[in-house]
Amino acid sequence: MRNTTERRFMLKHLELLLLMVLLPFGIAQAQEVGPQDATAPAVDSSNPSDSSAVSLDTALEVVPPVEIAPPGAVTVSDFPNDAGDHLLVSFEPSPDEALGILVYRIYRRTPGATDGTEEWAVVKTVAAGDHTEIVDGYDPDYLVTQGTQYEYRVAAVTADCREIPGEVTVAQVVGRGEWFHTEKLKVLIGCIIFISLIFYYFKRAQMCHELYLRPIPGIDAIDEAIGRATEMGKPILYVPGLSGIEDVATIASLTILNRVAKKVAEYQTPLRVPNRDPIVYTVAEESVKQAYMEAGRPDSYEANSVFFVTDSQFAYVAAVNGLMTREKPATNFYLGMFWAESLLLAETGSLSGAIQIAGTDAITQLPFFITTCDYTLIGEELYAASAYLGREPKQVGSVKGQDACKGIVMTLVTVGIILSLVDIFTGGATDPSKSLLLKLQGLVDVTSLE
Amino acid sequence: MYETIGLWVAAILTLAVFSFLYKENPLYRFAEHVVVGSSLGYTIVITYQRVLYPRLVEPVFLHGESLVLIVPAMLGLLYVTRFFPRIAWLSRYPMAFLLGMGMGMAFPYDMQAYILRQIQATLIPLYTPGAPWYNTLGAVVIVLGTLAGLIYFFFSKPHKGPFFGFGSKVGIWIIMIGFGATFGFTVMGRISLLIGRVQFLLSDWLGLLH
Repeated sequence: MRNTTERRFMLKHLELLLLMVLLPFGIAQAQEVGPQDATAPAVDSSNPSDSSAVSLDTALEVVPPVEIAPPGAVTVSDFPNDAGDHLLVSFEPSPDEALGILVYRIYRRTPGATDGTEEWAVVKTVAAGDHTEIVDGYDPDYLVTQGTQYEYRVAAVTADCREIPGEVTVAQVVGRGEWFHTEKLKVLIGCIIFISLIFYYFKRAQMCHELYLRPIPGIDAIDEAIGRATEMGKPILYVPGLSGIEDVATIASLTILNRVAKKVAEYQTPLRVPNRDPIVYTVAEESVKQAYMEAGRPDSYEANSVFFVTDSQFAYVAAVNGLMTREKPATNFYLGMFWAESLLLAETGSLSGAIQIAGTDAITQLPFFITTCDYTLIGEELYAASAYLGREPKQVGSVKGQDACKGIVMTLVTVGIILSLVDIFTGGATDPSKSLLLKLQGLVDVTSLE
Repeated sequence: MYETIGLWVAAILTLAVFSFLYKENPLYRFAEHVVVGSSLGYTIVITYQRVLYPRLVEPVFLHGESLVLIVPAMLGLLYVTRFFPRIAWLSRYPMAFLLGMGMGMAFPYDMQAYILRQIQATLIPLYTPGAPWYNTLGAVVIVLGTLAGLIYFFFSKPHKGPFFGFGSKVGIWIIMIGFGATFGFTVMGRISLLIGRVQFLLSDWLGLLH
């Protein structure tokens, strides 16, 4: 009995021992198989002989792609009011557009390229259902050349990236330039009216009609500022702006420079004109030289009084600021076009104790000049300054003509106010078709040119 | 190595320019001359590489195409005559060409952008039924402000009387309010430039900010 009990106890321990030995092997085996079900057979999808992979592929091929009709006819017409470098391309969309067409690709090539020398180029991609007319020629990589006949092809692209090409169409027209941009007729009429008014007042001024000009403090102060520099025996600094010669503000500034230089020549005061633009520099030099000659003092002209600094904006500012602190000019003129440097220049000038007169048509820079300068010519006052200084009939006439132009603008705005009030009482404020104000607005509408 | 040298040069030049805030000094003068000289040299190289070479030298002299470009090139060369007093007058031709072209191109553009477009933007309904009250107020300020501003810039009439006197006063107020708003907006932009420079010194150069 005791032997039987001992044998059972020994067998039980032997089972436990075997279990403990086999357990690590089992765990190791399970880890080698990984997260897959160890009982499931491994599937190699790359092996075509594998039955599971074949069945998946077949399942995909069973669903045939939907037959989609290609896009229809392509019509090419000349784009109006251009230099012949644009074409208007329209196409008929695919009748099966709703069956999964995402976009249309418009291809172009030159007909001589049918031998394969030139590939089709995608000139535009438009979303399906968006629009079926494009203007070809805006893409700088695929410019349209005037007089060249192109071939076009439109292809529909489906959601599964299939491309269904349409027929190749030889463009019915070639790009032709127009001599007159018909949509600019309003601009032409405006130019004619304004120029006529200015010429009319030119004529009136030349016929010795006394034309009144109201005083502008900034312009009246120019003589005073030159006189101050003369009395102090210090130079005058004249900055003609940082823009090019094509800028109206620069041209106005150079005209004023001529007047200032004439006074400076009369008073024998040193003048410093640093320039940023090389062409403005040459014109400024000519202008100052001419002024000294007109003042009867060509010998007083200093060749180094007008000089070129650099065309880098802030390097120029650094140089002019250095000049201001070293030479301490008694008067600083900043007349012309300015950008971010306006405050840097005017603040340094203010610290150096100079009397400062500024003028620009840059709206964003005027506040800085107003806060740091003694006098500021705001916008058009800069253009008028030259006429004020010279009092020549032609220039005074031009200022008068410009006032007449402003009168026309004011009349139009006033008529607009009246029509807006009339619209409130006649229902035009709610119904655009009845609005008299919108009709007037249409007369000056130039938004299509933007 | 070169990056470190460049970093130190940039930092020292920045501090040299900032030293101007104290007063004009030799360090600032050195930085000023360096920046003027290097910017000019840089411009000459860039002008040749990006303008003269691809637009003139390459097409005309290397490929023999676009021979018409020789005409503006000759016109540009006339500027060089300024070095020779006897024929310096020839340099006036390109100047006259540029001035005429600048004016001719600017006039129709300005008529379109600064006159017709501005008139159109001013011809707006003063009152739109259903729109909030501040829309009406905004429209009235735009229209009357434009009129008052135009009155201020009338030069051939004395600013006296109820129309020109009062109108010009309102005009200059409107202009000054506009300038005040512009001033504040631009100052904010300038401060961000200063912050950028201080960040460069503290972060890139000294490594104090991360």
